[in-house]
Formats: sequence, C-alpha cells, structure tokens
Amino acid sequence: MLSYATRRVLMLIPVLFGMSLIVFSIIRLIPGDPAQTILGTKATQEAIQSLHHALGLDKPWFVQYVSYLKDLLTGDFGTSIRTNAPISQEIWPHLAATMELSFVAMIIAIFFGINAGIISAWKQNSIFDFTAMVIALIGVSMPVFWLGLLEQWGFSLELHWLPSIGRDNIRNAVNPITHFFLIDTLLQGRFDQFWVVIKHLILPSVALATIPMAIIARMTRSSMLEVMRSDYIRTARAKGQRMFWIVYKHSLKNAFIPILTVIGLQTGLLLGGAILTETIFGWPGIGRYVYNAIQYRDYPVIQSGILVIAFFFVMINLIVDILYAVFDPRIKYR
Amino acid sequence: MTDPVLDVKGLKTYFFTDDGQVPAVDGIDFHVKEGEILGIVGESGCGKSVTSLSVMGLLPSPPGKVVDGKILYNGEDITYASESRMRQIRGNDIAMIFQEPMTSLNPVFTIGSQLIEAIRIHRKCSKKQARARAIDLLKLVGLPRADELVDEFPHQLSGGMRQRVMIAMAMACDPKVLIADEPTTALDVTIQAQILDLMLKLNRETKTAIIIITHDLGVVAQMCQRLVVMYAGKVVEEGTVKDIYNNPKHPYTKGLIQSVPDMREKKQRLYSIKGSVPKPGSIKKGCQFAPRCEYVMTDCLEQEPQLTGNEHLVRCLLYRE
Ligand SMILES: Nc1ncnc2c1ncn2[C@@H]1O[C@H](COP(=O)(O)OP(=O)(O)OP(=O)(O)O)[C@@H](O)[C@H]1O
Ligand SMILES: [Mg+2]
Repeated sequence: MLSYATRRVLMLIPVLFGMSLIVFSIIRLIPGDPAQTILGTKATQEAIQSLHHALGLDKPWFVQYVSYLKDLLTGDFGTSIRTNAPISQEIWPHLAATMELSFVAMIIAIFFGINAGIISAWKQNSIFDFTAMVIALIGVSMPVFWLGLLEQWGFSLELHWLPSIGRDNIRNAVNPITHFFLIDTLLQGRFDQFWVVIKHLILPSVALATIPMAIIARMTRSSMLEVMRSDYIRTARAKGQRMFWIVYKHSLKNAFIPILTVIGLQTGLLLGGAILTETIFGWPGIGRYVYNAIQYRDYPVIQSGILVIAFFFVMINLIVDILYAVFDPRIKYR
Repeated sequence: MTDPVLDVKGLKTYFFTDDGQVPAVDGIDFHVKEGEILGIVGESGCGKSVTSLSVMGLLPSPPGKVVDGKILYNGEDITYASESRMRQIRGNDIAMIFQEPMTSLNPVFTIGSQLIEAIRIHRKCSKKQARARAIDLLKLVGLPRADELVDEFPHQLSGGMRQRVMIAMAMACDPKVLIADEPTTALDVTIQAQILDLMLKLNRETKTAIIIITHDLGVVAQMCQRLVVMYAGKVVEEGTVKDIYNNPKHPYTKGLIQSVPDMREKKQRLYSIKGSVPKPGSIKKGCQFAPRCEYVMTDCLEQEPQLTGNEHLVRCLLYRE
C-alpha cells in the first residue's frame, strides 16, 4: 500500500510536467500582450519592446519554458508581472482561502447529502424520499451564482443576519498565521473573530455546497438501494440486527465506493476555484486570483495558479484511490 | 409426544405485483419437533424459499405478504409479530442458512466481526469473549486455521468455507430451529456431503430442530426423519421418510422418486416428470398437478383435492374415501 502511494506520487511528476507544458502553450495562444496591458494603450513601441525584454518575452517560447521549468524545480514560481511580488508568497493566502471555503462546503455537502440519500433509500417512496429527491433535482440544476445572489438578498440585505462579502471584518481583520482563518483565530484565542469568520463562511459555503450535496444525495440513494437488496443484507436481518445498523453499517460501507468517487470529483472542482461564487461573495480565493491574472495577461501567475489547482486535483484523486482500499478489502494495491 | 417448536398452519403468502397477485405459497402445513430433521422438497419455483422467508419475517415487502395462516413458535403466534419481537427471535430462536453462500456474507467486514455481531446481538458479553466464541464456532464447523480465519474477509474463502461460516453464524446463539434453504445446492458433491454431515452432527449435539429445504431426495434420505413434498405452493404429501420412500402415494412424489438416478441399475434414460411447474395462480380449478399427471381423471380437472390421511398424508383424489 505504501509503495503504491509512493509510486502514484512519482507518477505525478510526468503528469505535472505535461500540465505545465499545456498550460504554458495555451496561455500564449490567448490574444493580448502583458506589456500592452501594463503600460496602457498609449505606450510607445520602444517602451513595450524594452518591457518585453525585461520580462523575457522576446526570447523563443521553448527558452522561456525551460527557464520557467528550471525555476519551478527550485520552488520558484516566478514573479507576478502585475504586482512584481514573488508568486510563491502571493499564492498561498488565496489558496488557503479557497481550501477553507471548499472544506466547509464539502463538510456540509457530505453530511447532508449522505444522510438525505440514506434516509431516502431506507424509506424508499416515502414523502421524505420524494421531497429530498425533488430538492436534489432542483439543487443540481440551480445556477450557483443565482443561489448566491438570492442568499445575499435574503440573509444580508433583508434580514441582516449574515455578512455578504469577504472572509472577515475589514475593520477588525484577522492576523494571518496559516491563512486558514478558522485556525488562525483559534490559535490566537480570538473567539470573537472566530465567530465572525464562521458567519462569513456560511453563505458562500452553502451556495457552493448545493450542487455537490445534491449529487452526493442522489448517488448515495441509488447506491444504497442497490446494496440493500443484496443477500448479505438479508443475512444481517436474519441475525436479528436492527435496521439502523443494517443501514448505517452494513449497507453504507458497501455503498460507499461510488459515493467516494463523486465526493472526490466535487472536491476537486471546488478547489479549482469556484470563480463565480468567489466573485459574488468577494472571496479572495485562488479562482479569483487566476481570473484577475488572466485579465492582466499575467502569464507567470496564470501558469502557477493553474498548475497548483491541477496539483490538488490529482492529489485528491490519489487520496480517493487510496481510500477505496480502506472501504473495500477486495481492492488491494501492490 | 412433545409439542412442535415450529408449527406452520395453512400459511398463504402472496405477492402483489403489477401483473396481479401471485399465490407463491397457497396453504402450507408443516411442523418440527425438538431434535427432529424435517425435509421439504419440491421443484424449483414451488415456494420453498418464500415459505422460509415468511417464517423468518423477511419477505421482501412490498410485494410479498402473508395473507392467511399461522406461524407458531413454541405455541406463540408470530405471524404478524412486531418487528422488535421478530428481531429477538431471528438468530436467537430461529436461524436461517441461505441458498447462496457466495453472496450471503458481507464482503467488507471480516468473518470474525460478522460472527461477533451475531453473538452480541443476542448475548451480553464483551468483544473479547465474543471473539473467543467466534473462533470456537469456526472450529465447531470444522474450519481449519480458525484463529487466522476470524480476521479474513469473505472473498478469501471458498464457497464451501463460506457456507460453513454461515452455519457457524446460524448456530451462534444456539437456535431452537434452523432453516437451511438448499444449503448445498451451490456446492460441489464432496463439499455437499461434508456440510450435510456437519449439520447432522450439530443436530445430534445441540438438539436443534432442522428444516432442510432441497430438491435432492438423496439428501432427504440421508438426513431427515419426516418429509413434506411441495408442489405449486401446496403440500401434496407428508409423512415419515420411510413411509414415503417405500410407498409414495402422490403421483408427483412417485415421479420424483423415480427420477432419482440409481447407481446400481444402468438405465438408458433417466425418468423425468413431463412438463414443468405451472406459474403460481395460472391453474384456477382442480388439482395443480393434473396437467402433468399420469393418473389424471376427469374429476381432477374440476375438484380441488384435500390433504387426507393420518400419519401419511396425501393431497390426491386417488385416495379419497
Ligand atoms: N419478489 C417476488 N415477486 C414476485 N413473485 C415472487 C417473488 N419472489 C418469489 N416469487 C414467486 O414465488 C414463487 C416461489 O419462489 P421460491 O423462491 O419460493 O421458489 P423455490 O421453491 O425456493 O425455488 P428454488 O428451488 O429455485 O429456490 C416463484 O414462482 C416466484 O414466481
Ligand atoms: Mg429457493
């Protein structure tokens, strides 16, 4: 198992290598010029050319790529063209913001999605089942940005219960350590701020959780229904076991593989930065970071941002693959 | 004469499907006493599994439902007992072994944890004690390396081994009645004999009443004292194995006995009953077996025969008084 994990991690190297090449090439196919963006439309030809030279954009693309790779290998993501700050420092706060939001959203999605799916399967064709599945259907087809706006209108503008924008209170900002604000506030014993951070998380994470929750609920239901018809569930009942344990222990563990797969996929999608949600809720996450970089043609930032997102995507896949073996003893990795 | 531990009277189990109701079990009577082994035989689809699931209260419902009759366990009517009462009975008083050994164990839990669960549902004991008992049970059913086997998963075991685990699990709480639904059909012949021997041994040692459901008359001859022959959801003949083998009365039973291959005589072709079991509910009038019967009379198509006789009962118009 351990050697399998090591091998999988080693296999990441060529994957990331390929990713970096693809990202590098695609970006250069996008029309637009960073020097032009930086200097404005009135810049002289000379100014643009000298900036090109300074940024290394006048060299052939493969020279640019090789030097980019060389830097990457030493942990240097390069410098942002726009802010002139090293990307490796700039990117982390954004990444942490997205991870925190995705984490909370996935906890909500997993908890409610799995339980709704289980109860729907257990009480098949009941009113609960019917209602839950209608809600799930609405959930998957609801545009997230629209739900987000609806939430802001209801809970912020009308009711004034929750803040609609940002991660914390600007006038009483969290002093970042890890940039996971839930952790940072606790580390500093600032329970007042911890509460503020939670309030900021609620609306965006609920908006973000809707689709994964609906997908998880539907997958759980169908997977559970299938499992609950099987012979070994009948055996468990013949032992005199309670329905609760038959459902939550015997059935769920068997039904979990497909559920795990959708959880992995959905987590990956959220980490990829939900640009729309982050924009609506003014969330300083990785999605917005990359989106802004695209507008400025900030090549190094786009490259690094996409690479980091891709890295997490593959890592989540790896974790899911390893978790398969935890839930199903018939899956063995060598 | 002791009272029967399990007494089934006039049991009718119907399935209510979209294509109408299916009388899968249509008036079954049988009983077992302590320490006795009863055989139930009949062709595929005659309602044997449905009968045993009805007794256990494990019918797939909907569509299955017991519509009439009584199931008495030690005199207690459990036909419509509450789910919580049935949970106490299942595994503890009446245990069951299923037809499909390959799929009847939960693939994601160890053999040990499944046995421990069966023990701890009905017995107050620590995990450690239950584990020790689980190992004992595995030894009891003749499995080698019992102390390693407890930590293995079902897929690491062969079909025969799994069926032994199922037997161990069924015996975990010393049930009074064990229903074995074709316990050996899915296994090859040598394993079959071993499993049957094991059940015979357990029956002698623990006085557990066993109901063996099978379509193999050889198994019945070897194991059972009494026999119930089922046809199309009804009992057509009942009596001691000796009486029925020496003097089969119902034409269907005669056919069944004739169709058992005999090692001593080399017949050119095996006897087989012509036709096949009718779809439940398709024959509305008269004897269900009439269309396949060699001795069919005009009355058979009109009049439904009753189960008659004293010790050796038969449902056939040939034997009406
Ligand atoms: N879930 C169900 N829905 C509808 N009809 C059913 C269902 N289960 C069983 N039946 C009907 O009940 C009848 C008896 O089935 P049962 O499984 O008891 O047969 P059996 O005697 O055990 O056969 P076998 O020897 O093949 O195991 C079948 O003819 C089938 O049509
Ligand atoms: Mg059957």
